[in-house]
Amino acid sequence: MAELSAVLATTHHPFYLKATTAPPESRMPQADEWKRKVESYRETLTAAKPDILVMVGADHFHQFFSDNYPAFLIGKQPTYDAIFYNEEREFGIPPYVLDGHEELSGFMLQGLLDRGFDFSVSHELKLDHSIICPIITTRPDADLPVVPIYTNIFAPPLPSPKRFWQLGRAIRSIIDEYPSDLRIAAVGSGHLSLELGGPRQFGETGPDPVFDRKAIDWLAAGDIDAILENVTHESMAGAGNATHGFMDLILMMGIAGAIPASYVDELDLFHTREMYMTWYPGGDPR
Amino acid sequence: MSRYYVNKFLYQVDRDPELLAAYKADPDGLVERWETEYGRWLGTGNRVEKTSWLSFTDEERRALVEHDYTRLFELGAHFFLTLTIFIALYNDDYETKSGPLAFQREYAVKLSHWLGKDYPTVAL
Repeated sequence: MAELSAVLATTHHPFYLKATTAPPESRMPQADEWKRKVESYRETLTAAKPDILVMVGADHFHQFFSDNYPAFLIGKQPTYDAIFYNEEREFGIPPYVLDGHEELSGFMLQGLLDRGFDFSVSHELKLDHSIICPIITTRPDADLPVVPIYTNIFAPPLPSPKRFWQLGRAIRSIIDEYPSDLRIAAVGSGHLSLELGGPRQFGETGPDPVFDRKAIDWLAAGDIDAILENVTHESMAGAGNATHGFMDLILMMGIAGAIPASYVDELDLFHTREMYMTWYPGGDPR
Repeated sequence: MSRYYVNKFLYQVDRDPELLAAYKADPDGLVERWETEYGRWLGTGNRVEKTSWLSFTDEERRALVEHDYTRLFELGAHFFLTLTIFIALYNDDYETKSGPLAFQREYAVKLSHWLGKDYPTVAL
């Protein structure tokens, strides 16, 4: 059976690449510290020696629109193009082409259907920065085949926090059953408190540092009970209108299970707190 | 009110550099053109099937023509679509004049009367 060698849950900040490759005279003050933290985080994936990446993200109205917006979707393709024109324009992220892993995508889709998750599937999916940002930070060579999973954290009504946790648990059991000796790592990105297009956007800190502190501590401890007691769609909206991306971090903890994280780091940046977390369900390889 | 139709405008114009440039140069003309050439066609890529019943209210059309993102927020246009397209329209001009994030901060200030309140829903 396949081995789940690591689970990574990270915030995705689309300006990381631009901020850390700008000429020194125009770099933001935190750029060097940010780069050091990201490179240290990257080691937690490298050490797990993965062969395939199961990637979790959320299309930000790039391919999907409300004429047909899936709650949960998996890609099943040999290859994925990535990064849309308007992301390149705004964030300076270049286009990518990633290999896919059709066999695991198919096995995952069937396993999800068998477990009561009636997923949508795409055979012409283009990936956006929610998946490419963690590629840039944790696997910049982009040399591993991916199985992309998208969730709806943007277009309400949204699935519940509990459903994201349950989906993570289902993905985990499917990885555990995958008949292969390959090593699989799961890498997903989301947000802590975040405001976009509202009065709390682009402040000196994230919109709700108190939520951010609790959220990191809950995830680091594997405390799903506290999350499900405290985190609702309404409480997330109270922390910032785009905070619902936190549910993808809950999903990642669902893949790991209710266990303490082996690596926890964070960085307070202008308008957001960044978080870098890794679980090793089979033991820490470092 | 058609939040969906407003979002469709923001979505389609933001992802097309030619439409975006036209929206900056001649918003009135582009809104009218978009309705004829894009809005009334099914979904976001169909050139055969039409949608017969969608339209803007006068208030929605006015907010789009006037680049009035505060009003769009209050009408329940999706915050991500609105922010993204107005950054595309204004960020570079503001940055040249007043430095990084000047536009985004002004945007926040213009919405500051919503601090501490429940925001207008973006649910459809």
